[in-house]
Amino acid sequence: MSTVVETPDKAPEAQRPPRRAAFFRGRLLQIWTWLVIVWLCLPIAVMILFGFNDTQGRYNQSWQGFTLRWYRELFAIDDLTEALLNSLLIALLTMLIAGALGTLIGLALGRYRFRGSGLMNLVMFAAISCAEIIMGASLLSMFVTLAVQLGFWTIVVSHVMFSVSFVAVTVRARVMTLDRSLEEAARDLGASTWQTFRLVTLPMIFPGVLAGSLLAFALSIDDFVITNFTSGSTVTFPLWIWGATRVGIPPQVNVMGTLIFAAGVLLAVANAFGGRRRAQRG
Amino acid sequence: MKSSRLRAALTPYALIFPGGLWLAIFFVVPMVVMLSLSLQTGNITDGYQLTWHWQTYLDGLTTYHDQIIRSLVYGLAATIVTIVIGFPMAYYIAFRGGRRKSMYLFLLLLPFLVSFVLRTISWQFFLADDGILLGPLKGAGLLPEDFHLLATSAAVIGGLAYNFLPFMVLPIYVALERIDPRVLEAATDLYAGRVQTFLRVVLPLSLPGVFAGVLMTFVPASSDYVNASILGGAGNTMIGNVIQNQYLVTQDYPVAAALSFTLMALLLVGIFAYARALGTEDVLEVAAR
Amino acid sequence: MSAIPPRDPALLRGLTGRRMAPGRRDLFRMAGLSAAGLALAACGVQGKKAAPPQQSDVEKYWSDKKQNGHVDFANWPLYMDPKRPELKLFTEKTGISVTYKEVIQDNASWFAKIQPQLAAGQSIEYDLMVVTNGIQFTQLVQLGYLVPLDHSKLPNFAANAGEAYKREPFDPGNVYSIPWASGITGIAYNPKYVDEPPTSYAALWDPKYKGKVGMMSDAQEIGNFAMMLLGIEPEKSTPADWEKAAEKLREQRDAGIVRKYYDQNFIDPLGKGDIWICQAWSGDIFQKNVSDGTDLKFVIPEEGATIWTDNMMIPKTAANPVDAITLMDFFYDPEVAATLAEYINYIPPVPSAQEIIKRHAAEAKGEDKELLEEVATSPLVFPSEADYAKLHTYRPFKDAAEQKQYEQIFQSITTA
Repeated sequence: MSTVVETPDKAPEAQRPPRRAAFFRGRLLQIWTWLVIVWLCLPIAVMILFGFNDTQGRYNQSWQGFTLRWYRELFAIDDLTEALLNSLLIALLTMLIAGALGTLIGLALGRYRFRGSGLMNLVMFAAISCAEIIMGASLLSMFVTLAVQLGFWTIVVSHVMFSVSFVAVTVRARVMTLDRSLEEAARDLGASTWQTFRLVTLPMIFPGVLAGSLLAFALSIDDFVITNFTSGSTVTFPLWIWGATRVGIPPQVNVMGTLIFAAGVLLAVANAFGGRRRAQRG
Repeated sequence: MKSSRLRAALTPYALIFPGGLWLAIFFVVPMVVMLSLSLQTGNITDGYQLTWHWQTYLDGLTTYHDQIIRSLVYGLAATIVTIVIGFPMAYYIAFRGGRRKSMYLFLLLLPFLVSFVLRTISWQFFLADDGILLGPLKGAGLLPEDFHLLATSAAVIGGLAYNFLPFMVLPIYVALERIDPRVLEAATDLYAGRVQTFLRVVLPLSLPGVFAGVLMTFVPASSDYVNASILGGAGNTMIGNVIQNQYLVTQDYPVAAALSFTLMALLLVGIFAYARALGTEDVLEVAAR
Repeated sequence: MSAIPPRDPALLRGLTGRRMAPGRRDLFRMAGLSAAGLALAACGVQGKKAAPPQQSDVEKYWSDKKQNGHVDFANWPLYMDPKRPELKLFTEKTGISVTYKEVIQDNASWFAKIQPQLAAGQSIEYDLMVVTNGIQFTQLVQLGYLVPLDHSKLPNFAANAGEAYKREPFDPGNVYSIPWASGITGIAYNPKYVDEPPTSYAALWDPKYKGKVGMMSDAQEIGNFAMMLLGIEPEKSTPADWEKAAEKLREQRDAGIVRKYYDQNFIDPLGKGDIWICQAWSGDIFQKNVSDGTDLKFVIPEEGATIWTDNMMIPKTAANPVDAITLMDFFYDPEVAATLAEYINYIPPVPSAQEIIKRHAAEAKGEDKELLEEVATSPLVFPSEADYAKLHTYRPFKDAAEQKQYEQIFQSITTA
């Protein structure tokens, strides 16, 4: 009789795993991902929780009750507040300076091909992948050798140094996706180079510039290792915490961490919503 | 015509000049100074003199080879842990994330909104011998009284893996996301099973991401000292602790500088190998995410 | 208009030719060499040993200094009531405001932080600081980083300081410093986990406390402990003794007995149960028990213990030396010394404080009364002659080389 030759025209059915196992296998990855996320957020949860701890003594170690007291007494510890302000100010300066310098570099690397680009790329790559302790140690070596006063400005200088590359890379990525024809059109319509830059290019690369600058801000406010080496007598928020581990972290630190965290979350969520609305507008 | 072309040719140099100068003064020059410092001898009271004392490097290596090896081992262990934990997560987000991809990435990066030091200290608090985690377990008799997680190499490696996990997940995710789904379809059409598809299509294509992740994880993990200081104990000091101690406590600048260079040399070997293999642009781009 | 017309062959040749590549490298090399040259020229740290000051030098320094109305005071943690009652009283009486920061964690790291700036003649942003008698204090003196004190501005000190404090071997005649407080380093333990109270240094080497022993990271503290375990008196020790002591410490570490080397944050882990027994400073235990209701105990081992003195001094680049010296003298008012000792529980340099504390105890009631009586009669706060006989001091070093040798021997133990 005629034999029906089975031409396998799609994946062999028999080899597809039974439904339950497939369901589970798919779920396995999802469960894994969520477990990892829980693991990642665990210390954050602990930090937030113990910002509400009604601790009586010097040490915020065991749970003693719920209170909002620390939110009210947030600025009770003078040098902690000073350290936080230092961190914010340094981060702001870093954002502005590194943002400007990095944008210029990003523009150059993304748009032009020139002989210095290879070297520039190499230096930036080295700066990004160099271990922080090496950068901090070398900066301290230089400052000590040249008898430069360590303090606020050496911190700003160091932070700008390691942030510039990150901003440049971010901006460069954005610049490379730009449509040059718009700028050419502006030129054709009589705009000068500066006008073109200000009214056409800058707005177009702005999301990249903003992303890079925010990245610089985040890197600066969190930096510990390099700051530890170049700070002299100035204390920043992470340095204060590090010093305070000796005698116990006061709950105010938890509260400040929680507030910074909340601010970051809000910013990210707002950015996401803004993006969606922008996309909707087309 | 010529002057505008000249101006156009000079524009990129003008653009990179301020940032480039900053990097030259505060990144390149300090390295040179540190090199010089590593070859000097002396002390605080009598001052330091450049004596081309290469012996310092050898002394550093012999005295601290334990810590150097330990740092590389911890760094490697932490990197492997991040790959094991992070690859499945990156795979899930890239292939099964769907519309929720940004949410997952957001959750991945969420802890970074809290200061690095604060996160590590929270772990120290959480893992305390009689704390939230171990206290109840010991009370229930599941663990012996003298069991401790802190002051062990496991805690240090765990801390390193925790702090650098996103640096591994993100590059792998980017690489996986770039895989054209039609390639996967083609594999299935050619009778490849799920495992085969993974091993012979997905894995090789994810390797650039894995390499970038290894670079971004191994280097900072090996040179870290915060985790060892907060979560570690007497036998867990890393070369980063030694360098920090030599600079900020003992003030033995030549030894400190020599050790810094030794560490950097060891890590640079790996970096240049990767740069050669992939080209700096690729890795930078992945790193930028 | 695009930046570089890509098809111009001459330009392409120029871009890819070898000519520029060595040029770039040359430039780099030259920049590197000149920077190195600069580094060589500037030559690291200016070392210098200062001669002891003449009276004329002291007068010259203080002649043009005026009161400015503010003092920046750097101190160790747990050295003053957090509510700062003494400082508030000072401001009331003199109108001088005080910024008090507990930024000194241990002598070595504090010295390392201020040394580069003092060497360059820059301000360290503090007018008054407290440093222990030891290696770093000697270095501060040798390098000329401290202001010689004008004793005409220290009447309270002259009147009320204990005789012993006026002739300390590490600063004879109190040229640069006057004591803040003295303390004893001994053994602290948590009775919840340690059944039999330790009586000897050997307890810290006991394998039954494996992984639960805390040691300090200060080279002199651990060196002293190991030496006393071996029956050596620290102030008379020789380099050979140091090696023996280091060997003992290495054994302790390699056997896994030591959990961690702490700068000065041993109290927290001891209270939490991370360590059960540790090296400790006498006053800290009292303060922890009072503030957190713990029941930690402190003992002086039978082999003896070390006594150290923390001293107030003025760095040479201080902006407000007159205000600083006024504050220094203020703490020698017996009433002030008494209230300070009541809180910090360390040995005050003013002996008459004891009577005042007894008086306060008599006037107080309840728990306060008990605490005050304990402080007034504690041999840890007011040691008797017999107690002093059992206490040893740190070893003084004759020069930088000896210091360095000592430090290197013991620091290699904590950073392994």
